[in-house]
Order: sequence, then structure tokens, then C-alpha cells
Amino acid sequence: MAAYDWLFGALGLKDWCEKDASGGPMTMAQLLAKSGKDGGGGEGAPVSFWDTPFPSLDTLNESCSSVARTRDMTTWVENLFLSVKDPLKVVLDPISQPLSWALDGSLWLFQTVPWFIVIPLLLLAVWGASRSWKLVGFVAISFLFLSFIDHYVPAIQTLSIIFVCTGFSVLLGVPIGILMSRSDRFQRVSLPVLDMLQTLPTFVYLIPLIFLFSVTESKLYGIAIILYAIVPVIRLTDLGIRLVDQDVIEAADAFGMTDKQKLFGVQIPLAMPNIMAGVNQTIMMSLAMVVIASLVSAPGLGVLVLRGIRNLELGVGLVSGFGIVLLAILLDRVTKASLGRINTAQKD
Amino acid sequence: MSKEPKVSIRGLYKIFGDDPQAMLPHVHSGMGKPELLEKYNHVLGLQDINVDMQAGEITVIMGLSGSGKSTLIRHLNRLIEPTSGEVIVDGENVLDYDEEQLRNLRRNKMSMVFQKFALLPHRTVLQNAGMSRLVRGEDEASAESHGRPWLQRVGLDGYEDHYPHQLSGGMQQRVGIARALASDSDIMLMDEAFSALDPLIRTDMQDLLLELQKELQKTIVFITHDLDEALKLADHLVILKDGYVVQQGEPQHILLNPNDPYIEDFVSDINRARVLRVRSVMSPLNGETEFSGVVDANDNLEKLIELSEGDTSHNFKVQKDGEDVGILHMKDLVRALVPTRAAEKGAVR
Ligand SMILES: Nc1ncnc2c1ncn2[C@@H]1O[C@H](COP(=O)(O)OP(=O)(O)O)[C@@H](O)[C@H]1O
Ligand SMILES: [Mg+2]
Repeated sequence: MAAYDWLFGALGLKDWCEKDASGGPMTMAQLLAKSGKDGGGGEGAPVSFWDTPFPSLDTLNESCSSVARTRDMTTWVENLFLSVKDPLKVVLDPISQPLSWALDGSLWLFQTVPWFIVIPLLLLAVWGASRSWKLVGFVAISFLFLSFIDHYVPAIQTLSIIFVCTGFSVLLGVPIGILMSRSDRFQRVSLPVLDMLQTLPTFVYLIPLIFLFSVTESKLYGIAIILYAIVPVIRLTDLGIRLVDQDVIEAADAFGMTDKQKLFGVQIPLAMPNIMAGVNQTIMMSLAMVVIASLVSAPGLGVLVLRGIRNLELGVGLVSGFGIVLLAILLDRVTKASLGRINTAQKD
Repeated sequence: MSKEPKVSIRGLYKIFGDDPQAMLPHVHSGMGKPELLEKYNHVLGLQDINVDMQAGEITVIMGLSGSGKSTLIRHLNRLIEPTSGEVIVDGENVLDYDEEQLRNLRRNKMSMVFQKFALLPHRTVLQNAGMSRLVRGEDEASAESHGRPWLQRVGLDGYEDHYPHQLSGGMQQRVGIARALASDSDIMLMDEAFSALDPLIRTDMQDLLLELQKELQKTIVFITHDLDEALKLADHLVILKDGYVVQQGEPQHILLNPNDPYIEDFVSDINRARVLRVRSVMSPLNGETEFSGVVDANDNLEKLIELSEGDTSHNFKVQKDGEDVGILHMKDLVRALVPTRAAEKGAVR
């Protein structure tokens, strides 16, 4: 005697319910309830009004075994996902392969080239981007410190992953942002997707990715990072192009520029400060994600943080965490400095 | 005038809103701007505009803000599409042009100067000046060699490598003018080109424009909301109000014969003695031989008042290019200084 027997009685569905009376295997909750009640024999006792359970799938199933249980539903979702997985993989695998190559290649490169070449090269890049000796000095001290405490390899791994993922984000994100700025319809469709990518807890989209790609492939974490970090560069490219002074656009039209001349000669250059602000955020978000991605085998400082949590090695976790903070500050300062250079070059 | 106008606007209508075509019948049957906005939520931008612009002349379009001046000038190079009508440039209807022809028109035949300058902020002054050349597909060297002389011509020697934001407003607009001139187009569109400038600089720029025009003889369409500026520059003056042409013609003539209270209001505030010219108030030769002096047809009345020391009994012989063309009675001059009401027009003439 279950709570909703009367409902199926009233609807005249008793026959349909009993047709398949054997039922599936019991759920854990049913088993527990059964073992508790066996001695009592209170099966037939009427359910008091106050205890009426919500008519959920599992409750209804007690009254009528033809109704599916929640467990059946999750299995169904799983099967659905598994059935689209293979065709999806056929498509996604080849397109995402370059990402694996790039990640592996860059990791290999950064780790093969000796430290006394990599560090000067990095410093040179910092100088090129920022033209600031102070910043170069700061980066030099930070890196020498990290290397001194034997965190050079994980730090350089983390950096390498960030470089590659940011590169891909810009390569994909800028064109998407341009398309969004040119079509209100495309913008309307894309904005909810971008909102979703930004609000979904990162663990949630790791789940389907793990099923789609094997954990040994680097593109697994690459895709997770890019999905998360690409959003700001898309948004700010779109925004930047839409914010370009309409008077200048009108002048470009009045002098007979083609759409292409306008895009490359006016819109992108004038949107550059915004695009670079997007790149800066993309880099910071890649850094945040590369730590989480160590759960799915991304190498780098995140692995040490994870080890700190798993083995309760407080010191390891804290020191590598500090390393991450240091990297974050470095990356932020350098990109902001180069952004500042663009801004002064073209304020109006 | 027998010669073909360079630009001719015929029966041009522009209605802003969701369904402009459906509004045309209402406008044709006489519905005005406020009513159309209230009843149908459409903005009547322009109605039945007919203007001929002669080659080598400055046509000034004047009106208060919101009267449709910017809308009108943007129809000439089709930055705005009309609801109905024709825009004929050198005998061809611009509205029949396809994208390619339109681009050629904008690249080669018409250039534009903007109120807010609209220079490319990430390009140097020289690159801005040569912009039209780059747009046409010529190389940097050609763009620079065409931009540089025009920068010199507008007085910006030595600023070639500056960026626009490093220059004052007046200098930026000089770049804007150099940019338009460097395209060698016959027609120059100027939308309130001097309105954003300080009064003194504005006067300089007007003088510069007149000086350039004497030499280049372009067909210029100049927009302004300032009557003094209009009278100084115009060969042909078109006065717009709520999207229609209230009056158009020779500026002196409009000044002496305003046909609408709207224009009287405009006209009542200006210094007529400085703006009116002898040719506009003189009488035909009538055999008289007694003159207090000889004046030029293009002198302004202020000069005559000075010459006659305020004595209204004098008569002057008027000459143009050395030939006698009329007589100026000081009495007529004084009468012309009082603004005419539209109702009593004809009384003075
Ligand atoms: N895109 C538009 N949509 C609706 N109304 C417009 C649009 N552009 C201009 N208008 C209206 O048309 C009229 C003329 O505007 P405009 O040509 O800019 O005037 P002006 O240049 O003389 O100040 C104004 O009432 C303005 O509100
Ligand atoms: Mg305007």
C-alpha cells in the first residue's frame, strides 16, 4: 500500500500498472526501507496526510511499477550521451588534434631548452611587450626565486599551457567576436552560450569531456581551459568593435572603404585596447583553470597544489599556491603594461 | 541659368520608421512632421526637396538643428537611402548605382568633411591626409605625396608626423579639409564643418575655404546653422525647416525678400550693413550725372555709410569691373537696413 495507489485507481490505470508487476531491481533506498520495516509488518498502515510524499518518479513507482524510476532516467541520459559520443568523437577528435600537438610540443620545447636560455628569452619577451625595465627586473627575480626553490619545471609547464591555450583562445575568439559585432542575430544567439560557459562550475564541463576524450590526451585539459577562458576575448572583441566611434566609421564609408578595408584599417585597430583587455582576462582565466585542470592530468603547479590537498602536505600546497599567485601577478602586469602602450599610442 | 547643374535633387523624401513607404501617401496628402510622429510614430526627415547645385559654386544649406540638414547632405553620397526621389550627379541618378558604382562615386567624385573631424586616431596627420588614396588602392608613397602638398596648403607644415589628438580642433579640421582635397574630387560635402570651432578660428577657416575655392572652383555643399557663416560663404542659399525648403536663392535676395516668418527671425539679428552689398540695393542707370563718388558693386553697405559720412542725400555711381552698372541712392540704402516683413515684401524693391 503506497501513497498514490488511489490516484492510479481513480485514473483506471491499475491494469497498466500491474502488467509489468515484476519491477526492476530495487533501489538502495527501497532496500533500506524494507529491511527496517520487515519485522514491524506495518506495510499496510495508511499514510497520514502530513506525511504525503511529493509525487516524484520514485514515489509513483511504488504505487505503479510501470512508472520509470529516477535511476532509470539518469541511465537513460547516460545512454543518450554515450550514443552521441562516438559520432561526436569522430568529428571532434580530428579538429582538436592540433591542440594536443601544440600543448605537447610546447611543453616539450619549454622543458628541453635549458633554463639559462628560456629565462633570458622570457625576459626579452617581457621587455618587448612592456618596455619597462622595472617589470623585467620583477620577472627576473620571481623566476630566479621559483627556480631556486625547485619550482622551475612546474612553473614553466603552467606557463607553456597558458601560452598555448591563450593563443588558441585569441585565434578562435577574435573572429567569433568580429562575427558577433556584425550580426545582431548571431550576438543574440551567442550571448547565452557565453553566459553559460562563464557560470557553469568548471567541474561540470569536465565530466562530458572526460567521456569524450581519454585522460591521457592533453587536449582534454586544453579544451576545458579554452572553453572557460575564451569568453572574455570574444565579449570584448564584440564590444570593442561596436564601440568604435560611429563618426569615424561614417567617414570610412564616405571615402568609399570596402567592408574589409574598414574592418582591418579602422575597426580592429580602434578596438585594439578592448581586445587586449580581453586577452588579459583570458590569460588570467587560463591560469585559474590550469590549476583545476590538473585534476585531469594537466601538468604544472596545479599538480603540486593537488598533492598538498590529497596528502595533507600543507607546505607543498602553500608554496606552490604562492608560485601561482606570483605567475598571476607577472602575467597581469606584463599584459597590462603592453595594453597601456597601445592606449597611449591611439587615444583620441 | 542654362548650364546643367552639377548636382540636382528632385522630389526627395525621407521618412524614418518601420514602414516609410506606407507613410508616403500621408505625407503627399499634406500631413506635417508633428502629426506624422504623433499618429504613426514615423519621423518625417525630408519632404519634397528640389535643389540644383551649380558646378564651381558653394551651395549652403541652412536650418536650425533637427531641420534635416545632415540627412539631406548624406543623401548625396547615399550614406542614407531615400524613401523616394532622385539625386542626379553629372546627369546620372546616384540612386540607380550598384555597390561598385557607389564606391567609385565616393572614392573619386565626392569627398566629405565632418563636424567632429572624424580623423583616424591611430594614423598620423600625413596618413590621414592621404587616406583617400590608400582607400583607392594606391600605395603609401603615393598617398603621402598627394597628402603632403595639401597639408602645406592648409598651413600644417611640420605636423605631418603628429597624431590627430595632439592637434587643436581647428588644426584637426584643417587635416579634415586636406584629406578631402587630396582626393581630387569635384564635389566636397561639408556637414557643419566649422560649427565645433571657436569663433575666431571659425572665421579663419571660412577665409581659408573661400581662398581655396577661388583657386579650385569645386562644387561645395556646405551645411551650417549660422546665418552669418551662410551669408559669407553662399553662392546659393537653401533654407530648411522641419524637413522642407522654406526658401532658396541668391543670399542677398533672400535677405531683402524673406518669404516666411521663420526666415525673418533668422534675418532680423544680423548686421545688415555688413552683409548687404551695393549691387543688391542699387537702382538702374537713369542718365543722372551728378555723383558724390564711385563705388564697386560688391562693396558692402557699411563701407558706403562710412564714405558718405552718414549723409543720406548722396548718390553714388556703381561700377563693376570698371563698367557703370547702376546708381546707389543713400535713401534706398538706409531703407534696406530695416528688416523687411514677409507680408509687406515688394514695398522696398
Ligand atoms: N536614424 C534616424 N531615425 C529617426 N529619426 C532620425 C534619424 N536620423 C535623423 N532623424 C530625425 O530627422 C530629423 C533631422 O535630423 P538631422 O538631419 O540630423 O538634422 P540637422 O542635421 O539639421 O540637425 C531630426 O528630427 C532627427 O530626429
Ligand atoms: Mg546635423
